[in-house]
Amino acid sequence: MRNHLLTAAASLALFAGMATAEEVRVYNWSDYIDEDLLDKFEEETGIDLVYDVFDSNEVLETKMLAGGSGYDVVVPSGTFLQRQITAGAFQKLDKSKLPNIENMWDVVEKRTEQYDPDNAYSINYMWGTTGLGVNVGKVREVLGDDAPINSLALVFDPANMEKLADCGVHFLDAPAEMIPAALKYIGEDPNSHDPDVIAKAEGVFEPVRPYIQKFHSSEYINALANGDICVAVGWSGDILQARDRADEAGNDVEIVYNAPVEGAQMWFDQMAIPVDAPNPDGAHKFLNFIMDAENMAAASNYVYYANGNKASQEYLLEDVIGDPSIYPDEATLENLFTTTPYDARVQRVVTRLWTKIKSGT
Amino acid sequence: MRRLVLIAVPYLWLLTLFLIPFLIVLKISLSDTALSIPPYTPTLDLGAGWTGVKEFFAGLDFENFWFLTTDELYWKAYLSSLQIAFLSTIMTLIVGYPIAYGMAQAPDEWRPTLMLLVILPFWTSFLIRVYAWMGILSREGLLNQFLLWTGVIDAPVKILNTDTAVYIGIVYTYLPFMVLPIYATLEKLDESLLEAAEDLGCSRASAFWLVTVPLSKSGIIAGCFLVFIPALGEFVIPSLLGGSQTLMIGKVLWEEFFNNRDWPIASAVAVVLLLILIVPIILFQRNEQKQREAEG
Repeated sequence: MRNHLLTAAASLALFAGMATAEEVRVYNWSDYIDEDLLDKFEEETGIDLVYDVFDSNEVLETKMLAGGSGYDVVVPSGTFLQRQITAGAFQKLDKSKLPNIENMWDVVEKRTEQYDPDNAYSINYMWGTTGLGVNVGKVREVLGDDAPINSLALVFDPANMEKLADCGVHFLDAPAEMIPAALKYIGEDPNSHDPDVIAKAEGVFEPVRPYIQKFHSSEYINALANGDICVAVGWSGDILQARDRADEAGNDVEIVYNAPVEGAQMWFDQMAIPVDAPNPDGAHKFLNFIMDAENMAAASNYVYYANGNKASQEYLLEDVIGDPSIYPDEATLENLFTTTPYDARVQRVVTRLWTKIKSGT
Repeated sequence: MRRLVLIAVPYLWLLTLFLIPFLIVLKISLSDTALSIPPYTPTLDLGAGWTGVKEFFAGLDFENFWFLTTDELYWKAYLSSLQIAFLSTIMTLIVGYPIAYGMAQAPDEWRPTLMLLVILPFWTSFLIRVYAWMGILSREGLLNQFLLWTGVIDAPVKILNTDTAVYIGIVYTYLPFMVLPIYATLEKLDESLLEAAEDLGCSRASAFWLVTVPLSKSGIIAGCFLVFIPALGEFVIPSLLGGSQTLMIGKVLWEEFFNNRDWPIASAVAVVLLLILIVPIILFQRNEQKQREAEG
C-alpha cells in the first residue's frame, strides 16, 4: 500500500513538473475586450492566458461564493463586488505590483469607493449606463417621427409597446437593472430596498409583459444588429456594438443608444482577484497590463464603453471620448443614479417579483 | 470472498455516486443561507471536536421545506414540470414505438445501419443540437420558411420561446432513449407467436395489440422512465427553447441558486424533486422484480 502511495505521489509530482508554464485565468463579460489585447499580453509576459466569459453577475457570484473557481481575475459589477467582498471572496490588491495604477481616474475612483472603500480590492475596468437601444427606422415607422426614443415611456407605456410588439422588444434578464428602471419611471427611488416600494415595479411590467419578446442579457446585440428586434433595454456599450455591427453589415439598420431622460442607472465593472486565485502574481501582472493607458484605450475603442483610466483618454478615438452616450456630459452625469446591494431578504423579494413578472406565476 | 466482492461493487457504486452526494444536498437543505464561502451555515468544524459536531447538528432544521409550502410558485412549477415530462413521454412513445418496430422488422443486414442512425445524433454535442433547433424554430427559421413556402401559413408563427418548442426539444433529445429499449425487446420477439395468433384467427392488427405490444411492455416501461425522469428536471431545453412563461422546476432551482444565492432553498427544491422521482422508480423496480420472478 505504501509503495502505491509513493508511486502516486511521484506521478503527481511529474504532472506538476509538466505544468510549469505560467498561466493566468481571466473570467470576464462576453464581448468585452479587444481580443488582440489577449495575444499582446501573452507576448509581453510569456504567460498563458485562459480567457472565459459570462453574461450575468449571478453566475459569477455563485462561482465566487462556491469557492475554488480557479480564476485569477474576475469582473463583477459594483453592487455584486461589494457583497462578495463582505463574503470574503477577494484578496486585497498589492498596489506595489501595480505601477500603472497612477493612470486611474479619480472621478471614477471616487464613485467606486462606495462599493469598495479605498479601492482596496478592485480596479475599475469599464463603466456605463443601462438604457434604450433603438432601431430608429423601424420604431419611427411604427410610432411616427415623434417616437419617444429617449424615454422609458418607449418600453413602459403599454400603448407604445403594443405597437412595437410585432417588430420585437427585448428586456435585460437582470432584475437589479430592470426593477430600478421601472421604479424610476414611476417616480420612486430606484435604489429603494423597501419591499413595498419594490412591489410597485410589478404594476409597470404587468401591462407591457405580453408585448416583450424575450428577457435575455446578451442576445439583443445580434438581434438589434440584424434588425430582428427594434428595441432593447440593454447596456450602453453592447448597444453601441450592435450599432457598429449593423454598420459593418451594411443592412440599412440604424441603431442608436439613449440613456433615458428620466434617469439611467450607472454601473461599474471592477476587476478583482479571488481570495483563492491560483496565480495572484500573474493576476497582478494582468491588472497592470490592463491599466496601461494604450491597452485600456484599445479595449474601450473596441467595445465602446467608458473606462476609469484617465491616462487612456488621449488614445481614445474621437467617436468614443466625444460621444456623450459613452462619456456623458455634466448634465447627463447628474441624471445618472447608482444602486446598492440588496440583503438576502430583499433579494428574495426581488427575485420572486422578477419570476412573477417573467412567468406570470 | 468473490461473492462478497460481487455484492459490494454495486453497493459501493450506490454509496459513492448516489448516497454521499444526496446526503450533502440534504445537509445543505437543512442549513441556513449566509454571506460567506460557502454561502450557508453551519459547516462542520471537525477541529472543534465533539462540540463542533454538536453545534453543527443543532444548526440544522426543516425550515426551508416549510418555506416551499408557503409560496405557490414551487408547487406550480412541480406540477407544470410533471405535466411537461408526462406529455413529452407520451409523445416520445408515439414517435418512438413505430421507429423501434420498423427497425425490428427490417432485414437483418440493415439493422446495424438503422441502429447507427439512431445513435448518430449523440456524436454531436447536446448543446449544439439544441442551438440548431433554435435556428430551425425561430421566426425566420427553416420550419417557418418551409411552411410559408408550402402555403400552410401566411405569416410566420411563433414557435421558439413557447412551450411547443420545449416539447419538440424534449421529444427530439430523448427519442433514442425510447427507441433503443423498445427495439431490444421487439428484436427478441418470437415470430412464431404471431404466426400462432394468426392461425388461431387473429387479424394482423389485433395480433399486434394482443401479442406484440404486451410482449414489449418491459421495453416500453424502461423507455418511458428513461425519458420521464430526466425530462422532469430538465433545465437546458426550457431555458434555451422555452419562453419566460415556461415554468419548470429546473429553472426555479437555477434561480434559487444563482439569483437568490440561496443554496439551502435550492437544495430543498432538489430533495423534493428527488422524492417525486423516487415513487415512479420504486414502481419500476417492483415491476422488474415481478417480471424476473415470473420468468424465474
